[in-house]
Amino acid sequence: MTKAGILRAVIFFGGLALLPLGIEPVWVLNLLIFTLMYAALASSWNYIGGYAGYPSLGHAAFFGIGAYSIAIIFEKSVGRGYAPFFMLPVIGIAVAILSIPIGMIAMRTRADVFAIVTITLLFVAQTLAFNLRTVTGGAQGKGIAVPPFAISHFSWPFYYAMLLLLLLSMGISFYFRRSKIGLSLAAVKADEDKAHGVGVPVTFVKIVAFAASVGIAAMVGGVWAYYGGYIYPQFAVDPLITIGMVLMTFLGGRATLWGPVIGAFILVPAQQTFAYQFGGSQFYLLAYAAIFLVIMLILPRGILPTITDRLRTKAKLREISAALTAQEQEASR
Amino acid sequence: MHSLIQAIILGALTGGVYALMASGQTLIFGIMKVINLAQGAFVILASYLTFSLFQMTGIDPFVLILITTPVMFVLGAATQWFLLRPLRQDDMAELSLLVTFAVALGLEGLLAIIYKTTYRTIQPGYENHSWTIRGYQVNEVRFYAFFLSLAMLAALYLLLQKTKFGRAVRATVQNPMSAQLLGVNSKMVASFGFGLGVATAAAAGSVFGLISPFNPGSHYDLISRLLTIVVLGGLGSIGGSVIAALIMGVGSALVSALASPIWSDFTFFIVLLLVLLLRPRGLFGARVRGSL
Repeated sequence: MTKAGILRAVIFFGGLALLPLGIEPVWVLNLLIFTLMYAALASSWNYIGGYAGYPSLGHAAFFGIGAYSIAIIFEKSVGRGYAPFFMLPVIGIAVAILSIPIGMIAMRTRADVFAIVTITLLFVAQTLAFNLRTVTGGAQGKGIAVPPFAISHFSWPFYYAMLLLLLLSMGISFYFRRSKIGLSLAAVKADEDKAHGVGVPVTFVKIVAFAASVGIAAMVGGVWAYYGGYIYPQFAVDPLITIGMVLMTFLGGRATLWGPVIGAFILVPAQQTFAYQFGGSQFYLLAYAAIFLVIMLILPRGILPTITDRLRTKAKLREISAALTAQEQEASR
Repeated sequence: MHSLIQAIILGALTGGVYALMASGQTLIFGIMKVINLAQGAFVILASYLTFSLFQMTGIDPFVLILITTPVMFVLGAATQWFLLRPLRQDDMAELSLLVTFAVALGLEGLLAIIYKTTYRTIQPGYENHSWTIRGYQVNEVRFYAFFLSLAMLAALYLLLQKTKFGRAVRATVQNPMSAQLLGVNSKMVASFGFGLGVATAAAAGSVFGLISPFNPGSHYDLISRLLTIVVLGGLGSIGGSVIAALIMGVGSALVSALASPIWSDFTFFIVLLLVLLLRPRGLFGARVRGSL
């Protein structure tokens, strides 16, 4: 890790950790919680959708599983309020393990059919959430016991939980980039058959990326459910959550460490403002679609790669022109 | 036994409508290797179009297909030309998937703004009529829809097999590069092919509005079913998708009759998983990708 990289991470996370101390309005903290949530989700989507190039459209299913797990376990009581947070790692690991067979089947196919399988998974999860009434409460939804947090700092625990999840999500992302796993994933993305041919354990790395990715999504879902206090199937397993992750990752830049986070920090505030201004979710859908299309058509690689490329080209140009002037001076002498 | 046979009849008739939607889906995949996640949304759009035209003019929904189909063809071709064609070629598969998803969302949002989210049905007055044959109910609308689907599929077959355009399409499916070298304008073919795929959705949509209530969010139900059907049939195989649609229509109707309608959607997912486990290329999927 370079010094600049460490500095960047320390400033980013340190700043975010101190932020609640300095801001009063509840709505700002609320907005930040959702921003952190999507940043963590997008970051984790990036493992499989970005590094491996397998666009999963079913992450909301795992988000929903996490949300329902918390809601079901802590329906009656949350003790002093922190028990659900301690439960999260268990849920994350359980969902990651559960996802392995699903991943193994889905990964038998290539990117396009993979998207089909995962999107179907999303609908299955939604159908189950609606219809397993004894477990999920069906369309009536399910409530979670209210934590005994002080009113003045009510959202703080949720804020820090989301922040920690973002740290975890980016930490894993960082680890992947540095380790052989990341290299193997890049090889899978570039040419899976060739990668397989030269001995890259393609199935293994894809499954690892998928499991880690959906495990995080489940944990984030758990915090989301606890924060909301009440969940409904159409919001816990919502295609818009999947789309959010995908869109933010694409906007910021796929297969980069900071891209998904940048995407989330741009889109979530924009989206909340938009929802606040126009209310109804229908305009919101249209706006989503429009932003999506614009990104795909104009900025298909995302903000971060485009900028770094441009900077790199500029640096190269400067180098070349410097070399040229030096040559000229040499010649004139 | 009676209820089983009744379910099979109902399922086969419904399957015919799905066959029409799925054949468009698989045609689009065959030509462009694009999985059109907006196919369901196009179907619902056509349903609404039929709904509105029927309310305004009172023309029979089956006749309105003559209007909706060309409209949807143009819309489909325009979608391909303006949104899919400009995409970067190197990650076309992934980008096109997301673009079609965005189109689906956009259509859903647009329809929700115009029509709100209440469920609608197209009611020409005979939608509940049915014949009783040896004690079995055969719903008139579904029956017409089934044969309309067969007729459209036959027309599609003839178009692909007998016309010059069809030859160009098939050539593009087999090998886009060679087709282009031999003078096929593959960009036009792709655009027309996408339009054709969406146009079949239009015909299916007019009928779908008759046999089932719909709202702007209904495309999610449709798309998961359609995707299962095309994977089961083998991506890119039109014949396969027709057979798969009939199998799934009957299968889910049986599950619906034997267990509960709640689980009929589930049948699709189980089948999808089984296909991917046992035979990932589907029933009739070519070993070499891309035959019709």
